[in-house]
Amino acid sequence: MESLESTLPLLACLVPLLAVPAIAAIGERSPNVREGVTVLAGIVTLTLVVTMLKTVIDGHLLRFTFIEVLPGVAIEFRVDGLGILFALVASSLWILTSIYTAGYMRGTHEANQTRFFSFFAVSIAATLGVAFSGNLFTLYLFYEILSLSTWPLVTHHGDKEARGGGRTYLTYLMGTSIGFALPAMIYTYIKSGGSLDFTAAGVLGQSLTGMEASVLLLLFVFGFSKAGVMPFHSWLPGAMVAPTPVSALLHAVAVVKVGVFCIVRVFTGVFGIDLLSELDAATAVSWVAGTTVILSSLIAMSQDNLKRRLAFSTIGQLSYIVLGVSLLSAHAVQGSMMHIAMHAFGKITLFFCAGAIFVASGKKYVSQLGGLGKAMPITMGAFAIGAMSVTGVPPTGGLLSKFYLVWGAADAGQFALLAIYLVSSVLNGVYFFPIVYAAFFHPAPEGDPPVKGIREAPFACVFPLFLTALASVLLFFFPGLLLDLTRLIAGAG
Amino acid sequence: MAEHAPVLIVLSPLLGAILVMLTVRLGSVAAWVIALVATATSASAAIATLGRVLQAPEGVIRYQLGGWAPPMGIEYRVDAINSLVTIAIAIVGFLSILYTRSCATIETPSKQPQFYALLLLLMAGLSGVTLTNDAFNLYVLIEICSLTSYGLIAMGTRRAVLASFNYVIIGTIGASFYLLGVGYLYIKTGSLNMEDIRGMIAANETLAASATIEVAFVLMMLGVWMKMALFPLHGWLPNAYAYSPTGTSAFMAPMVTKVMVYVMVRVMLGVFGVDYVFGSNWANVASVLATIAIVAGSVFALSRRDIRRMLGYLIVAEVGYMVGGAWTATQAGMTGAIYHILSDAAMTFCLFLAVGIIIHRTGRHRLDAFDGLFQKMPLTMTLFVIGGLSMIGLPPTCGFISKWYLVQGGIEAGQWHFVVALLISSLVNAILFFRIFERAFFRDIEFESLETHHDPEKAATVLKKVPLSMFIAAAIAAASLFVIGIFNHNLTTWIRAALVNLNL
Repeated sequence: MESLESTLPLLACLVPLLAVPAIAAIGERSPNVREGVTVLAGIVTLTLVVTMLKTVIDGHLLRFTFIEVLPGVAIEFRVDGLGILFALVASSLWILTSIYTAGYMRGTHEANQTRFFSFFAVSIAATLGVAFSGNLFTLYLFYEILSLSTWPLVTHHGDKEARGGGRTYLTYLMGTSIGFALPAMIYTYIKSGGSLDFTAAGVLGQSLTGMEASVLLLLFVFGFSKAGVMPFHSWLPGAMVAPTPVSALLHAVAVVKVGVFCIVRVFTGVFGIDLLSELDAATAVSWVAGTTVILSSLIAMSQDNLKRRLAFSTIGQLSYIVLGVSLLSAHAVQGSMMHIAMHAFGKITLFFCAGAIFVASGKKYVSQLGGLGKAMPITMGAFAIGAMSVTGVPPTGGLLSKFYLVWGAADAGQFALLAIYLVSSVLNGVYFFPIVYAAFFHPAPEGDPPVKGIREAPFACVFPLFLTALASVLLFFFPGLLLDLTRLIAGAG
Repeated sequence: MAEHAPVLIVLSPLLGAILVMLTVRLGSVAAWVIALVATATSASAAIATLGRVLQAPEGVIRYQLGGWAPPMGIEYRVDAINSLVTIAIAIVGFLSILYTRSCATIETPSKQPQFYALLLLLMAGLSGVTLTNDAFNLYVLIEICSLTSYGLIAMGTRRAVLASFNYVIIGTIGASFYLLGVGYLYIKTGSLNMEDIRGMIAANETLAASATIEVAFVLMMLGVWMKMALFPLHGWLPNAYAYSPTGTSAFMAPMVTKVMVYVMVRVMLGVFGVDYVFGSNWANVASVLATIAIVAGSVFALSRRDIRRMLGYLIVAEVGYMVGGAWTATQAGMTGAIYHILSDAAMTFCLFLAVGIIIHRTGRHRLDAFDGLFQKMPLTMTLFVIGGLSMIGLPPTCGFISKWYLVQGGIEAGQWHFVVALLISSLVNAILFFRIFERAFFRDIEFESLETHHDPEKAATVLKKVPLSMFIAAAIAAASLFVIGIFNHNLTTWIRAALVNLNL
């Protein structure tokens, strides 16, 4: 692959950052202009990403080196298929979420909206930074910036519950990144002879024993605890105290996907799939992830708070991805990367719906949702599509990525782990579809004021969730781009 | 002129101090200006020296005081490492003097010229300690530093006198230990020139194996450890920095312990030599002591409510970082320790300056001073946050880079206890600082308990009026954390080259 020098990845990260002073300066004086700036920055960012997309599909890499910080390690951007895919998902959903946020925050009369939009933009910049990182050090840099910039969003309400959630959030994310990922990274640096670059063959060569590689992998998987692999998952349900747009974009898409993205990068870029299969080092990770998939689905069933149920569902779906990449077969790795995108669209739809339900009716619990389909047909319809995609039912995109994951598991000959995928899909159905069924076919719970006709959330809330649900369906029919991009990295035929 | 730059680093604050005392009648402004000029001269001389060092063959220049050749005369040996340390001393000194102007008028109104004179003398002592190549001269300069420090600390609140007395006792014992060690060395080698002694120890195996040399080594190490407050010899430090005047702690906290760490490195590599030091049985002892210091310092810091005492215990932990790094006996660890001398100086400086502003403005010195400060003093608070993030060790600040090298050294040396202690300390720092950030972010400020006024509006305006000179100094310190962090490559390259020259 030919690599081209380009400042585009740097620009794409800078645009959201540059929007911050503008957002802060406009402030509460003119909320419409302020949100306009956010959306405009989103559109510019997306345009930049699409510009890069063409070059990447042609088989080129884009590079930009800022400065050498440690011997052999620079702050460096490098755009490849996986990075551009993730950036595309994050930047397009940022625009939709901005519109949604405007509707939601005004609908619920939240305070400190300017601060909220500012830190949101910083978070997106950090997410893009992760997507475009050219080496592990740069990845870690943006990973930590993302932890910090999302903290004020999680604690947005500022009450006791929010501060507690924020504490858990930072304790888990920073504790694991400093305690596990950092030493693992330095160990990698020593073993590789001073390189942390992402290359298909990995940087470690023959320097590790199987045992060392297994331990190192586990340190990375637990260290990037944004991926929510058990037992370092509790921050995610705790972070549900944040306003719903944060849960939607960050805790269904940006933050958690950054976690799995980092893990995928470590597997495919630092170690290299070939080395790992040679050393047979990923088995431990497979079983940890497999256990997480099953356990989180079981816990999700028992959650009555809708957002918490979605959070546990997210934990399970993230471990799908980790499990997939740890199977070390080309199709499973490709499936993992596709699932990053597919799950993003499905889960953000579900979170948008949860927020819309809260704005329109004030309901937060699954048991209150009976009969809601009559008052909010669009929202609940979108919810059904999102649930289908996350479960993997046609015609939604989730089916395709699951298909690749199962295919890869069969390739790898891991039939026990293949069974985990299937069982978990059934469990996903079990915790989602009763909600949809009840919404459309059950009467409203007793004591609810009778609702006549349609009472949806504001248009700014409903429109984005309609689009993301639509995208989930379209991805089933037109998955070509996704397949091309992931094939570039996974190297599958 | 340029060849005299090394001695100008020391002479200009020394002469400045004398000039300040001669012109004491001209008032405090004159003293302040003289001090600023003297430190600026020292800083430019230090930078010029670094420039010459980098061009010199082998990266070393020597300067013979008064033209007297060693081993009789006193010689300065300047390489990249100590010229960087002198630059740090001079710049920190300049900024602290710039910073001190507005708080000294409140805290020590009648003694301002004396304060500047002592501070300049302390700077002269510290730079001399860093540059000299003579083991006895080093002792004399350490005493100059100590005597001036006692005076500087005692200028603070009433409790400062006791804190200063504590420091006098421990400091004197430490210096005496060092002097005893030098005495033993002199008995055995007949020389006081560091390189001379190192040459003899390296060349003569019976000498290297003698108990006298070992005792000398242990005594000198113990002496230096007392002066740098290595746990459990740290007792004097937290109170000394908590009760001294703001300007004193702003300069002493970043520089004094750090310069003593450099002295330790100098004694290890310059007097006894790599082979002797790392071949001895003391490497493990030192590394375990450092580990204990890191953990203990962090835990004590966590339990303190007074802001400056808390920062004092953080320094105790950071001293452990550097001692541990130096004793990993690896190039990465030693590079980390020396780089950390600079980066820790910068971040401690930043934190003490920000805290100084906050104490100065809110009139409180406990953690509740931070309540609601993001609303009232957002800029100062941002500077504090930057310092805190660097203490935690988040990229791209310099705290991350030093942690990287230290951990790398620990792993390469197989000293896992040290690695784990570093990580634990980072986590404790994270808890420590985010606890404060949370207060500043979410709590409401209680104007009633502010010393200033019972009128909330008046109190709010007082908070906003941060003197510009204080803010500029703190802002430069905060910016330097990023600069030293992102552009560390030159620094570490120079440090490594100098270490290679010292056989590491």
